[in-house]
Amino acid sequence: MFGRIRIASRSHTLSLCCGPASRCALQGSSIMNRPVLLALAVALGVLIAPCAAAQLAVRGDVVHTMAGAPIENGVVLIRDGKIQAVGRARDIAIPDGWRVLEAPVVTPGLVDVRSTVGLTGIYNHPHDQDQLDPSSPMQPELRAIDAYNPREQLIDWVRSFGVTTAHTGHAPGALISGQTIIVKTRGATVEAALVRSPAAVAATLDPSAQRQDDSPGTRGKMMAMLRAELIRAREHMTKREQAGDDEPASRDLRLESLGMALRGETPLMITANRAQDIASALRLADEFGFTLWLDSAVESYVMMEEILAAGVPVLLHPTMMRSVGNAENLSFETAARLADAGIPVAIQSGYEGYVPKVRVVLFEAAIAAANGLGFERALASITIDAARILGIEDRAGSIEPGKDADLALYSGDPFEYTSRCLFVVIEGDVVRDEPR
Amino acid sequence: MMKRVGAPLALMIVLGLTSAASFAQERARAFVGAQIYPVSGDPIERGALVVQDGKIIGVGPVDQVPVPRGAEVVDAEGLVIMPGLICTHSHIGGIGGADRSGPIQPDVRIFDSINVLDSGFRRAVAGGLTTLNIMPGSGHLLSGQTIYVKLRPDARRIEDFFILDSDGEPMGGLKMANGTNPLRAPPFPGTRGKSAALMRERFVQAQEYMAKLDRAGDDPEKAPARDIGLEALVEVLQGKRIVHHHTHRHDDIITVLRLAKEFDFRVVLHHVSEAWLVADEIAAAGAPVSMILLDSPGGKLEASRISLDTGRVMEEAGVRTAFHTDDWITDSRLFLRMAALGVRAGMSRAGALEALTLAGAEMLDLEDRIGSLEVGKDADFVILDGDPLSVYTKVLQTWIEGEKVFDREDPEDRLHAVGGYGAGRDQTPYFCCFGH
Repeated sequence: MFGRIRIASRSHTLSLCCGPASRCALQGSSIMNRPVLLALAVALGVLIAPCAAAQLAVRGDVVHTMAGAPIENGVVLIRDGKIQAVGRARDIAIPDGWRVLEAPVVTPGLVDVRSTVGLTGIYNHPHDQDQLDPSSPMQPELRAIDAYNPREQLIDWVRSFGVTTAHTGHAPGALISGQTIIVKTRGATVEAALVRSPAAVAATLDPSAQRQDDSPGTRGKMMAMLRAELIRAREHMTKREQAGDDEPASRDLRLESLGMALRGETPLMITANRAQDIASALRLADEFGFTLWLDSAVESYVMMEEILAAGVPVLLHPTMMRSVGNAENLSFETAARLADAGIPVAIQSGYEGYVPKVRVVLFEAAIAAANGLGFERALASITIDAARILGIEDRAGSIEPGKDADLALYSGDPFEYTSRCLFVVIEGDVVRDEPR
Repeated sequence: MMKRVGAPLALMIVLGLTSAASFAQERARAFVGAQIYPVSGDPIERGALVVQDGKIIGVGPVDQVPVPRGAEVVDAEGLVIMPGLICTHSHIGGIGGADRSGPIQPDVRIFDSINVLDSGFRRAVAGGLTTLNIMPGSGHLLSGQTIYVKLRPDARRIEDFFILDSDGEPMGGLKMANGTNPLRAPPFPGTRGKSAALMRERFVQAQEYMAKLDRAGDDPEKAPARDIGLEALVEVLQGKRIVHHHTHRHDDIITVLRLAKEFDFRVVLHHVSEAWLVADEIAAAGAPVSMILLDSPGGKLEASRISLDTGRVMEEAGVRTAFHTDDWITDSRLFLRMAALGVRAGMSRAGALEALTLAGAEMLDLEDRIGSLEVGKDADFVILDGDPLSVYTKVLQTWIEGEKVFDREDPEDRLHAVGGYGAGRDQTPYFCCFGH
């Protein structure tokens, strides 16, 4: 069964719609008290004209708001790109003239907690691969906004399955590969897509970041180089702070970028898979006091006590990541075990060097859902829990009034392989209306 | 293969089955009450599957299938049974085929390189796979002879996996590739034109070699000197050995069909990213396709138009279609998922299940032995706990020739099914009866 689009119309209701750009007090407060306002409107002889551009309503047989229990027969009203109201259909009337999307299942737009899409492109040729510069092992000054291609086809691809927000940027593979950003999966320019920049600085404590015939060549050296660099950044920060305005200390983009992490403004996201590498990441965070995001973390299930004690979230590897090399002990059940332990966890699409060139978090969470995580927690891991880890829960991750109107509509259980994504809405705009 | 005959014999004695004929047979096993997908026919709502001596001796609705006296009856109520899955294109086993010495190496047998103790085989049976076509890679125009294997238990050497033909020879095909993977510096080809020319040249040699063999007849004096590479190509020209051809771009697919027509060899088109562009041409040539579906397009130019729609388009065009894992490109544990993704994009359920089983058997010349649940065929089957196309469904058991090769309740098997600490290590060798 696929969704339908229609324009709302009820013979006995008045249109109470204003233009999309204007604020309408009557409309804004009317939803929950429609009968009162209808009476008022009739009493005043007011007939408000239908919208020039229709506002949007979404109806779902079930609406997973991720802020409370799922709503059977739910309605979401969207005004000016924000969620205006959500509730049961019998409690919320859809104003006349509004465009209505209908589907069996409605969820918040999906949030991919760790991707490289937009820096990595479909062709896997040098011209569309900007996720890793090999010239130096530590380059925290590389900004993702300077490399993100908002028109990359693979962004359309993940969006077509319901992904509306992505934390993307430099890949694992260098000791410090660069910065990341958070974007909405639309916009003709990075500025139009941007939610936050920088979102994190990406570092790697995995042997994949070691270099042949160069440093770092061992685990010990990786830590030594990171520690030395963080100490330099701290000293630079202190020098800049102490220098007077008359004689400012010279700037250093590299050290400044690490300074953001040391000041707690930007997390240091560290990719680590083996238990010993996860331990090193925790040791480093303990020494320097930065906010740590544990990335990939294949063997995190043997380090749960330590991760919990450190209060660190896990941006977990794609469930279907290949279990080879340092990921050989990968388990489909890790997300469930971390969640059981109370560790904040979100499932990522990660970075792929070959095929599939981009992973789809919906698919990755589906495998976790079927392997102990369960439906609700799996959906949370790619919506509200991901948004909380990223610190964007005021805008994304759940269907609540005031949040961005980012929604995904499905023909059934979104995790079922055979369900299809019918519509995708970003900030009130229907950005996809073809089943995938 | 070790036959565990001790216990069944004892049981037969207890049951009083003492005739000479009975002694020669293993005790029959009847799986009763399951929903059965025979693939050769419509699904059976409440069915029984009876196996003995490695073969299927009964299958059908419970009330129509006699359970032999003394048979072990297994309650399969609420479960689903389907044929063992057949992967027409796998790289499990630490394989190494052709080397850097040249682009065309038909002398190389992949079975001389396979480690049957590789943990990949444990993951394959955890995914319900029972038969594989193990192939060398695609970095050559012709990278060697492939081998068809059954993943029998307690294998010590590749011979334990062999499927023998009527002459007692191990069955296999020949792996070829075109497009960009085999292109590199000489002696490898640099262009598509050169690729085809090199292959044609070698096939012409093989034709001449075959003619010499024919002329020599039974006279060893007249026979040409043995050439093990040309011998393999002669088997291709004689139709005894099927060419399994890696090919992506639509024009590369057509080139394969052109060569197959010129030299009259049997070919299966593998991967076929752009088959949906030339579906009618493939259908007209009568060539079957073995396809892979990936979570996103791209990773290289020639796969940038790979589509989830391929299964549906092939089905509509009347092309015989199978799936393959290309393991490690996709994980054998999730092979059922690929069929479900095909259905997501419009392929029929029956067609998708057939593409995991019987269609693959045909592409390996094994349709008389495997691929469907029919009396007389090998007792290769999978027991599932639900709909084969649901993400939530688990493979509970996998059986090959009447022997259980995977049981999710076995802790070691479960480790390979879901992963975890130690899952990535190769299997420890099995030393039967050591120290007794």
